[in-house]
Amino acid sequence: MTTATPFPSGSIRSVSSTTVVVRGDDIDTDRIIPARFLKCVTFEALGPAAFADDRTELVNNPAGPHPFDRPEHQGASILLVNRNFGCGSSREHAPQALMRWGIRAVVGESFAEIFYGNCLALGIPCLVADHDTMLAIQAAAETEPAASFEVDVAEARLSCGAQSWQLDLAAGPRQMLATGQWDATGQLLAHGDALHATAARLPYLNGFSAA
Amino acid sequence: MSSGTLYDKVWDLHQVAQLPGGSTQLFIGLHLIHEVTSPQAFAALRDLGLSVRHPERTVATVDHIVPTTSQARPFADPLAEEMLATLEANCAEHGITLHGIGSGRQGIVHVIAPELGLTQPGMTVACGDSHTSTHGAFGAIAFGIGTSQVRDVLASQSLAMGKLKVRRIWVDGQLQSGVYAKDLVLHVIRTLGVKGGVGYAYEFAGPAIDALSMEERMTLCNMAIEGGARCGYVNPDQVTFEYLKGRPFAPSSAAWDQAVAWWSSLTSGPDAVFDDEVRFDAAAIAPTITWGITPGQGIGVDETVPTLEQTEPDERPLAEEAYRYMDLQPGAPIAGTPVNVCFIGSCTNGRLSDLQAAAAVAKGRKVAPGIKAFVVPGSEQVAAAAEAEGLDKVFVEAGFEWREPGCSMCLAMNPDRLEGRQISASSSNRNFKGRQGSASGRTLLMSPAMVAAAAIAGRVSDVRELLNA
Repeated sequence: MTTATPFPSGSIRSVSSTTVVVRGDDIDTDRIIPARFLKCVTFEALGPAAFADDRTELVNNPAGPHPFDRPEHQGASILLVNRNFGCGSSREHAPQALMRWGIRAVVGESFAEIFYGNCLALGIPCLVADHDTMLAIQAAAETEPAASFEVDVAEARLSCGAQSWQLDLAAGPRQMLATGQWDATGQLLAHGDALHATAARLPYLNGFSAA
Repeated sequence: MSSGTLYDKVWDLHQVAQLPGGSTQLFIGLHLIHEVTSPQAFAALRDLGLSVRHPERTVATVDHIVPTTSQARPFADPLAEEMLATLEANCAEHGITLHGIGSGRQGIVHVIAPELGLTQPGMTVACGDSHTSTHGAFGAIAFGIGTSQVRDVLASQSLAMGKLKVRRIWVDGQLQSGVYAKDLVLHVIRTLGVKGGVGYAYEFAGPAIDALSMEERMTLCNMAIEGGARCGYVNPDQVTFEYLKGRPFAPSSAAWDQAVAWWSSLTSGPDAVFDDEVRFDAAAIAPTITWGITPGQGIGVDETVPTLEQTEPDERPLAEEAYRYMDLQPGAPIAGTPVNVCFIGSCTNGRLSDLQAAAAVAKGRKVAPGIKAFVVPGSEQVAAAAEAEGLDKVFVEAGFEWREPGCSMCLAMNPDRLEGRQISASSSNRNFKGRQGSASGRTLLMSPAMVAAAAIAGRVSDVRELLNA
């Protein structure tokens, strides 16, 4: 299901919603969005295809369907994962699919770098918890699937009612999200003179004469 | 913190500015694009009313979606046709060179940029594809990016980046006969883990690395990302310079000596400081093959599938998932595992020397009955060079199909794919669940020579036995 929540824009200080737990280490981008869905020239239709094969595999699972197919998680914006989430391909289709399904923040034990950067470029904070904390968070979320959690981006904290967990979010991304400067294009273009100067000193752009 | 390494020198030279938020604006010397991750970036550029700042520093080709049987236009798959048509239109609109089908230069992006001499030491190279780490083989700092970053590079020829730490992977000794760069990198990933490299650039160095050809170095750096390292590199040396000399986009006569002098100055010096170092002995590495669902789940061909007891506690849930998915028994030998499909190709192992190594195994032998085996050259140039020395005939006589260049069955974006529970012996780079196009398809990663050996035997076998036969 694709939610009607607007895509991230401007300053991102907190995300409040129900949660969805997807357990497992090393969940790669081919699982988040299988390659056949990459045959597209826009990202628009990717939301319903998030975790497509994992969901199909669990359709008749005695223990229940994939979390993305459970009614109690429809509308959830906070994704709770484990280690090395988003490893594999650099495809931005992966965070795009999650975003278009409705995810606005991810909390996990660790993230693959390119995936992390791709999320940040979309205004989706990825916050980190240690192993034991993450298991406690996932247990709390699964116990109360209807509960609303809040990710406080500025404080790097997750809370639900009286419960609260300290997370980690590097100062750079934290500031970029808080100030709404997570979309880098404008900042990069602001340095036209410095770009020109850099190009002018690179030997391979100047016939190696400066080498 | 590292200092004096090639990574530090190239990073410093390409710094444009410090950005609010602590990241660095890094100039990108070479931007490579293809049909999958660029259309949305061009659309975003259009929405923002921006142009391409350095169209001469972006180079395009088409690889992921091209069929490898008939490449006649329009493609049978209308989605694939739309993606290529969109790339063609975007390149035409913005004045970007596209090495298209039939140009003689088309192929997998990480194969063509090196063979055209576009990739050079000391460059920063970015592409919307994680295997961009390949280009580090030349002593470039090369990394995969997402589509928003493709947009940023198109608009500004730069990226917002954080600096990585540098780990030196020092490899002593010499690889045994029948053991290739693919085995070396699978061994490194098996040892350090698929997340071992997160936060690092890997510098590959030592006598065993010095002895590798450029194509072998590309295989090695290609899979740095599978070990979590966003880029991997080898310091440029005489092997690098000899490879580059005379290539279409390499510096020409007047600038060549100056280029070599500059490239040589970039190498990690004797006083370079690394954040970490790990040492390996090349002679101790056997042909290596994955048994599971991540590239880190690898073993020597003479080993058995690890049991839970042999697996680190925090890796056990993944091992159990892999046993179920692969239908392999813990403690069973991997040699002898029957395969259905044998694929030789990809940005990891689709170059001429890969095909030569596989052909040496296939020559005079026959693919086992019931096995589908095919060879996909990495580029039009690789195909032409292979055909010039008759490799296509060797493969066809042995029962392999000889295909047109493309990404093929490395990933499921074109007609080449596994069906149902089929199991492949594959020279590609990822054995993730569903990676090769069937949600239940299974992948065993190995060197091209090992794939050829599997095709002949119909099951996983030790290529060293065939080479010594």
